[in-house]
Amino acid sequence: MALRPDLEIISEWIAPQSRVLDLGCGDGALLSYLNATREVTGYGLELDQDKILKCVEARVNVIQSDLDAGLADFFDADSFDYVILSLTLQAVRYPERLLDEMLHVGSEGIVSFPNFGHWRNRLQIALGGHMPVSRNLPNDWYNTPNIHLCTLKDFENLCAKKGIVILQRTVVDQAHRTSLGMKLLPNLLSEIALYRFRNGRKSQEVSD
Amino acid sequence: MPVTIPADSVGIVTPQTLRFSAPLALDCGRTLDSYELVYETYGELNQDHSNAILICHALSGDHHAAGYHSPQDKKPGWWDSCIGPGKPFDTRRFFVVSLNNLGGCRGSTGPVSVNPATGKPYGPDFPIITVRDWVRSQKRLGDALGVKQWAAVIGGSLGGMQSLQWAMDYPDGLRHALVIAAAPKLSAQNIAFNEVARQAIMSDPDFHAGHYYEHNVTPRRGLMLARMLGHITYLSDDAMRAKFGRELREGKLGFGFDVEFQVESYLRYQGQSFVERFDANTYLLMTKALDYFDPAADFDHDLAAALKNAQAGFLVLAFTSDWRFPPVRSREIARALLDNDHDVSYAEITSHEGHDAFLIPNPRYQALLRAYMERVAAEAGV
Repeated sequence: MALRPDLEIISEWIAPQSRVLDLGCGDGALLSYLNATREVTGYGLELDQDKILKCVEARVNVIQSDLDAGLADFFDADSFDYVILSLTLQAVRYPERLLDEMLHVGSEGIVSFPNFGHWRNRLQIALGGHMPVSRNLPNDWYNTPNIHLCTLKDFENLCAKKGIVILQRTVVDQAHRTSLGMKLLPNLLSEIALYRFRNGRKSQEVSD
Repeated sequence: MPVTIPADSVGIVTPQTLRFSAPLALDCGRTLDSYELVYETYGELNQDHSNAILICHALSGDHHAAGYHSPQDKKPGWWDSCIGPGKPFDTRRFFVVSLNNLGGCRGSTGPVSVNPATGKPYGPDFPIITVRDWVRSQKRLGDALGVKQWAAVIGGSLGGMQSLQWAMDYPDGLRHALVIAAAPKLSAQNIAFNEVARQAIMSDPDFHAGHYYEHNVTPRRGLMLARMLGHITYLSDDAMRAKFGRELREGKLGFGFDVEFQVESYLRYQGQSFVERFDANTYLLMTKALDYFDPAADFDHDLAAALKNAQAGFLVLAFTSDWRFPPVRSREIARALLDNDHDVSYAEITSHEGHDAFLIPNPRYQALLRAYMERVAAEAGV
């Protein structure tokens, strides 16, 4: 079974034999893939009981947990090499706190999110005068789980404010292709952004 | 009686007894010179002895976990919903062993057994048994059956505490531990309920300081009260409301103290039928085993340290409406396992049945058990 394209990109960022925590791990496909291809170990966190069952079926270690309740219940500081949050940041209640916690329990964080600054979204607000509805953001404002949408600029500003150092960024369209235009005007042309980052204020006594 | 025994039942089963003559040193400092364990098995042990799973019972359970003792039986064993051909603990693949724990009253050596030193029942002189003692005796049972390593040790409630203890005491004695609706130790509230149950039994005039066998009586009222109290803690508020509400047996108030509400009738029935099948001294022992269970105590109250050497994979399950051992208690177990980077999955199953949920068929619960047991089976090569 093919891996979801954004997970494919993320998996390329993960060093072999590292320890990974996957927040909102879904059916465990990423962890399963990383384990098989890179001997990566770790855990998935998931709230949806159907998905938890899928993880158990896939023999992925999964912990039922609500990301809005934080990670401190389960994990000590510096337990993981990577903490991954794919396409979920915009749906959590306390994104800033979660970013803090990701970098508390892990050395590096990886997030992906739909770029609210994409030109189609901007056009819908500017000309249509309504909240954008798109392939990436299929819900109406009143029933969307996406309560903390942001643009690339917003995310990068927050990182700068918090002393988070961005190590890698990839921007892609819905089909997870990239293009020259996206590289030149990422905040306008990309649909999904992926970031790998670490806490710049934390001493880097380990690896790098 | 069952009209016909269902196709997915293990069928008619016969308990077996094993006598152990090597003395068993107990946590309390005393020694049992010899003892018997009663057990049942379902399925076949495979050639390389890799497919055995051990079922540990809870407070009032016993060795009869599945199937029927005779075609006249009204009910199958206590975990028949999970044990049988095609069920989560699939007897076509696994060799399932279920025993009555030491101190029990269903055939294994306990307070009702005759003390060889006196020729009379042990009664209150039977030593206090701990979860660790049980696990020690279960290890010997496994050895006697040719099982060097269980594919899984499985239990709910007090049974889950045994599977947790197994993983600590015999790290290579099992490959997986299923810890269901359990807790790493009792809370003050848990102990308080147990103490009220014990007081109910001990204050019954027929208790005779535990020597009631000699007086040919049983502390019926006390044991019944203890069971009624226990039963309240096994059910959730929602389950009781759904089952009984405020329904009246006679349809109207009687302005007296007889049984009026359905819930009263139910509790009395549960209490009365329990008295017929259970021994009061055993009940006291079981509640003590619960109260004393605290494996972290020897490790500066650090549960993660207690579980450091465990090698098993763990499935930890809790039920949302369980207020006896609520999910937060299972999360403590999961957290301690995570601290050690052990293989663990943890899930909270939505249920309105309270603590009893671990015994009640529930599609999601059974699907999780089934999925996890697939992994256990694959590793066992069955």
